[in-house]
Amino acid sequence: MMHIVIVGAGECGARAAFALREKAFDGEITLIGAETHLPYERPPLSKDGLVSAAPPKYVADADRYDEAGITVLTDAVVEKIDRGGKAVMLSDGRSIEYDRLLLATGARPRAFPGVPEGSPHIRMLRTHADALAIRAALEPGRRIAIIGGGFIGLELAATARKLGAGVTLLEGLPRVLSRGVPEEIAAVIAERHRSEGVEIICGATISGIEDNGNGALILLADGGSISADIVVVGIGAIPNADLAEAAGLAIENGIAVDETLRTSDSDIYAAGDCCSYPLTHYGGRRVRLEAWRNAQDQGTLVATNLIGGSEPVSSVPWFWSDQYELTLQIAGLADGAARTVRRDMEEGAFILFHLDADGRLIAASGIGPGNAVARDIRLAEILIAAGARPDPAALASPETKLKKLLAA
Amino acid sequence: MSSNWVEVCAAGEIDEEDVIRFDHEGRTFAVYRSPDDEYFATDGLCTHEHIHLADGLVMDDIIECPKHNGRFNYKTGQARGAPVCVNLRTYPVKVEGGSVFIAIA
Repeated sequence: MMHIVIVGAGECGARAAFALREKAFDGEITLIGAETHLPYERPPLSKDGLVSAAPPKYVADADRYDEAGITVLTDAVVEKIDRGGKAVMLSDGRSIEYDRLLLATGARPRAFPGVPEGSPHIRMLRTHADALAIRAALEPGRRIAIIGGGFIGLELAATARKLGAGVTLLEGLPRVLSRGVPEEIAAVIAERHRSEGVEIICGATISGIEDNGNGALILLADGGSISADIVVVGIGAIPNADLAEAAGLAIENGIAVDETLRTSDSDIYAAGDCCSYPLTHYGGRRVRLEAWRNAQDQGTLVATNLIGGSEPVSSVPWFWSDQYELTLQIAGLADGAARTVRRDMEEGAFILFHLDADGRLIAASGIGPGNAVARDIRLAEILIAAGARPDPAALASPETKLKKLLAA
Repeated sequence: MSSNWVEVCAAGEIDEEDVIRFDHEGRTFAVYRSPDDEYFATDGLCTHEHIHLADGLVMDDIIECPKHNGRFNYKTGQARGAPVCVNLRTYPVKVEGGSVFIAIA
């Protein structure tokens, strides 16, 4: 019986396992995760999950794995891939043979250089355990300093304010969300944080972080310092490609895969945060996406290919973030845009449509309260996937329903 | 148990291939008009994270949640793939005298 082994029990690995069954694969499936939990959703960790300190929001309950005949090994660390013997070696000495292997190993937070590991006052956020540890330090009167003005840092700032803690957020670049989010939208978010009392310091150069026993001290290059009860570092992520690299697989900003998510070994695939792949919508440029939807989409797609298919990745990159009452959604990659068209909507919501030099829609970025921009961003995603060249005047006018453009 | 027919809105208030939110006695529903001009009703909140489905996108017989793109067949309530796995309840709908009614059991 064919055995598919999945290393990495996160969103992507779990989705791949279930998708295999949905595609009528009747062989053996083993899903191996290093954490003690079954696969859970990570997006809540910086949002509501942190506020409630509730148990993880599981991708699926235990009985669904049983019903689907998926063997889940938790608290199991894969130490090595033996490509010749087609087996993975676990740290407890077990060896598990595979016919096809999927690496869905995700990414880990980038550490701040020189910071000693294990400080209770200097943390990163990736796992449920991390979230619980950060949550324990947040309450009214406490102070959190966040390093990094990306999605994780900003979501954490909003959540910390909700919990009543004082927040200072430090960003090295001149503005927050400089990667992939247009300046007009980043400005709305920064202003919303400031109105909540978050101190945002951009252009900060940090020379060190010290644990001073009761908390931590951030040392700034200009001689200043910031003290906090807890410091959380959120300065990006590093793909977990070590296993693949040690096994001699091609690496390029993560595990290098082709458009079908196959690595340089034809029996090994990779999907999700850990891999870089050629993105057909954008001239085949190689990207690596750290995004929940991407993990799901690639998990689903790779299941098809693990059992003999050869479907290329076709989904448009899609990201979202929730901060306070605001939701930001982005479809596509905006860099390379020649022109941006703004659509103003109710309640201060707006969408920026990004067009290339040929008038082709390549991305759309929107922000507003609740789900104000959701439907139009989703329609934009469909238009992007279709290679549409919508009329800029129609895009700008909120009276024009985007759905009408689909038929055009 | 007998059904309780409740008036939702005038039939023309729901665009073709669209959805509206309808709140009644503390409950929320989503009421749909299909591309072929039939009406349907389901619970109003996505079973994944309780987001209002009426903010989502109707395409053919699918409603897609605005938040995380969970999909349901709104005619049957059936969940159609990740991240949703729990089906929606559906409710009988009738159009009478130019108004849409749903039967709330």
